[in-house]
Amino acid sequence: MAKILLEMRNITKTFPGVKALDNVNFQVEEGEIHALVGENGAGKSTLMNVLSGIYPYGTYEGDIVYDGKVCEFHNIKDSEKLGIVIIHQELALVPEMTIGENMYLGNECGHKFAIDWNKTYSEADKYLKMVGLSESSKTQVKDIGTGKQQLVEIAKALAKNAKLLILDEPTSSLNEEDSRALLDLMLEFKKQGMTMIIISHKLNEVAYVADTITVVRDGATIETIDNSGDEPVSEERIIKGMVGREITNRFPKRENVKVGDIQLEVDHWTVHHPLYPERKVVDDVSMYVRKGEVVGIYGLMGAGRTELAMSIFGQTYGTNITGEMKIDGKPVKIRKGADDAIKHKIAYVTEDRKGNGLVLSQSIKVNTSLAHLDAISSKTVIDGDKEYAVAEEYRDKLKIKTPTVEQLVGNLSGGNQQKVLLAKWMFAEPDIMLLDEPTRGIDVGAKYEIYCIINELAAAGKSVVMISSELPEVLGLSDRIYIMNEGKMVGEMKASEATQESIMSVILQSGRGA
Amino acid sequence: MTMEEKKLNVGAFFQKYTMVIALVAVVAFFALRTGGKTLFPANINNLIAQNGYVFVLASGMLLCILTGGNIDLSVGSVVCFAAAIGAVLMKAGVNMWIAVFAMLGIGLAIGTFQGFWIAKLHVPAFIATLSGMYAFRGFSNVVLGGYQVSISNQTFLDLFGGGANCYVPDVIRQIFGMEAGKPNLTCLAAGILATVIYILMTLRKIHVQKKLGIHQSITGTAITTALISAIIVWLTFKLANHKGIPTVLIWICLVLGIYQYITTKTAIGRHLYAVGGNEKATALSGVKTRNVYWFAYASIGLMAGLAGILTAARARGIDPTYGEGYEMDAIASCFIGGASAYGGIGKVSGMIIGAVLMGVINQGMGILGVDANYQKVVKGIVLLVAVIFDVLSKRQKR
Repeated sequence: MAKILLEMRNITKTFPGVKALDNVNFQVEEGEIHALVGENGAGKSTLMNVLSGIYPYGTYEGDIVYDGKVCEFHNIKDSEKLGIVIIHQELALVPEMTIGENMYLGNECGHKFAIDWNKTYSEADKYLKMVGLSESSKTQVKDIGTGKQQLVEIAKALAKNAKLLILDEPTSSLNEEDSRALLDLMLEFKKQGMTMIIISHKLNEVAYVADTITVVRDGATIETIDNSGDEPVSEERIIKGMVGREITNRFPKRENVKVGDIQLEVDHWTVHHPLYPERKVVDDVSMYVRKGEVVGIYGLMGAGRTELAMSIFGQTYGTNITGEMKIDGKPVKIRKGADDAIKHKIAYVTEDRKGNGLVLSQSIKVNTSLAHLDAISSKTVIDGDKEYAVAEEYRDKLKIKTPTVEQLVGNLSGGNQQKVLLAKWMFAEPDIMLLDEPTRGIDVGAKYEIYCIINELAAAGKSVVMISSELPEVLGLSDRIYIMNEGKMVGEMKASEATQESIMSVILQSGRGA
Repeated sequence: MTMEEKKLNVGAFFQKYTMVIALVAVVAFFALRTGGKTLFPANINNLIAQNGYVFVLASGMLLCILTGGNIDLSVGSVVCFAAAIGAVLMKAGVNMWIAVFAMLGIGLAIGTFQGFWIAKLHVPAFIATLSGMYAFRGFSNVVLGGYQVSISNQTFLDLFGGGANCYVPDVIRQIFGMEAGKPNLTCLAAGILATVIYILMTLRKIHVQKKLGIHQSITGTAITTALISAIIVWLTFKLANHKGIPTVLIWICLVLGIYQYITTKTAIGRHLYAVGGNEKATALSGVKTRNVYWFAYASIGLMAGLAGILTAARARGIDPTYGEGYEMDAIASCFIGGASAYGGIGKVSGMIIGAVLMGVINQGMGILGVDANYQKVVKGIVLLVAVIFDVLSKRQKR
């Protein structure tokens, strides 16, 4: 048996009123990739924050034994000194600075009073090569894509002499291709003897990369699954541990599918980049959606899906938008601004709920009514009682878990926040709903509930367009699937005839053709 | 309820009412140190009269701060400029009402003008209003020719709280043919009426919420209602034993009432909070976010005009240096009252407490004979401590 590099013994961490971690035991062997999985709020990130010293020694109970010694970390620097480096889910790079500057930020090389830039850049280039990036370390971070930025984060960790690398949702903002490259890089590092902990919601990735999987639920470690065999552990097996029950059907059945007339149609839709107007982000796209239909749009990140949806939604993205739009067969011209789109009964549910969707500092009630205040007010005076009743109604309907609708949205879990976002747009009473990554970053149980809501929307005769980068989701939920790549619509197929392989091959072919 | 929950409740109570408790402590401190002098009817009256402009300006400032911690540095200069125009007009014999509307109109126009650059051209609010601060101070000097211009229109002075007789006449005593004297019965009656209306409104709210099945803490509501009623009665009793309701108080109540209504009941109020909380999300919800900024700055311009009227009336004239530092008093009141420097959070009630706290400290130190320079030091410390308190209590919550 290999040496135990890290052992966390009986870790208990309490926040005022909540026990976030309850007697957690966790062991990592040297040279393995250890995955930590669990639903949102299960305590994975808290555990890693204890390990890295973000929650300093003394604020938790229990011991951290690293490399045979009991450690007391008072801050991140303490843990980094021993080679424990954490890469957080949100990229922590400064866009205006170069890759090299970012990599040595807070860890500058040189002497006390001056930075040695030659050394910084030559060292940085060395690490960039290790992660397979060909960019110069003098490139500004804002000029490279998210996939490469994630690699820069890893290079930055390597530059700190990482022995134990912790990756918190490293692929959450990456497309499938970049994700795969990142996972392969992890396997490469493993060969070189690096120990890694990966936190992820994407169970297929976990099954692919991890040697051992520890499941966390409700602040406790539930089980540790061995995944070193030839056959990867099935996702169902992991989910069973995460939710404490087996989810046999990940996608609810569509019932009463009654597809009506075409509700929304766009023809030869072209959108240019707002900052570089010569660049086409959406290129001559034609699509339609019928009443009561769920249309999936699959594409890799950067394929122009979000841009397509937002340009339809009152030109909230892009410039020089050309093409024709018809609603119920009649040509319409939507003025710039979300308000006109809402008047035409279109709703856009953003992929970025914290950034573009919700006002976190306000209550569920306020967020629910924000897009449709007219309905609960007369002559701009809000009827507070009516508003409360509406918020209650949607809390009930969407099963938002909260004691009261006066609760601040910022205090809710990701899944519940997503439900509030859906409530807001359902209350706006649209006929056409553009859902952009409606289940991003939420746990399995909440995903299922959101799928049910989508089905109900379609059953109620709404036209639903669902953008997703999760193939199983697109296949499991849609009636019809569009495939986008590099701004173009490259394929359309019936969901009943589509498979993961057929969709991917369409994308690969279109890439080769161009 | 378990002990732990109780503890949490007590903690939440202190967190929610930190500034109220601080205010009570400060009032008690100065009352003790001055041997009760700060609670004399005349001093209570002065407290209101001296700080009228703070309430008015802070109301406008609150809306700006809500949009995202934006402030308006120009209000002090606009107060002076508007007042200067009014004073010069009245001196030239123009009808008083025309002068009053000119002052309000100038304030509104300046606010709209500055708001235009901020809202439509994305000029940072700090810079747009800093330039206004310089420019309108200069204009005031030009209009006044560098000298003080006095106002002698008695109706104007009476109406806006200038000089010695700026009180609402004791109508009740006049009707019953009683001699003028203490206590001022109109003032008492107004106080009692206000309390009754307040209690009735609270009862109605409880009733409606019960009907809707909204969970509420009856004891909490009862305690707050009782406290606020007691304060109103106490205040009017004190004022009745001085000379009655100072006219400026009417204007303060009017402004506070309107702003309370805007922030809590109207769509534009909701938009102010939403823009400050998350501008992108608000824009994608179909709100014209730039117009929200415009509204906030136009409103504070109008308030600067009104504050100019009150200032000129109180001083019976206007001097080119009047209004200096007023913007800071308004900003400090909002932040002491719990408004967030990042926007999206802040209440009129909090701002009132902030303004009263500053006023009480100012007056208390004045009566104690603290050197004016040290008064400024204390003000600065109070602002810092209040905000630190706020930040710390919010951090604990997480």
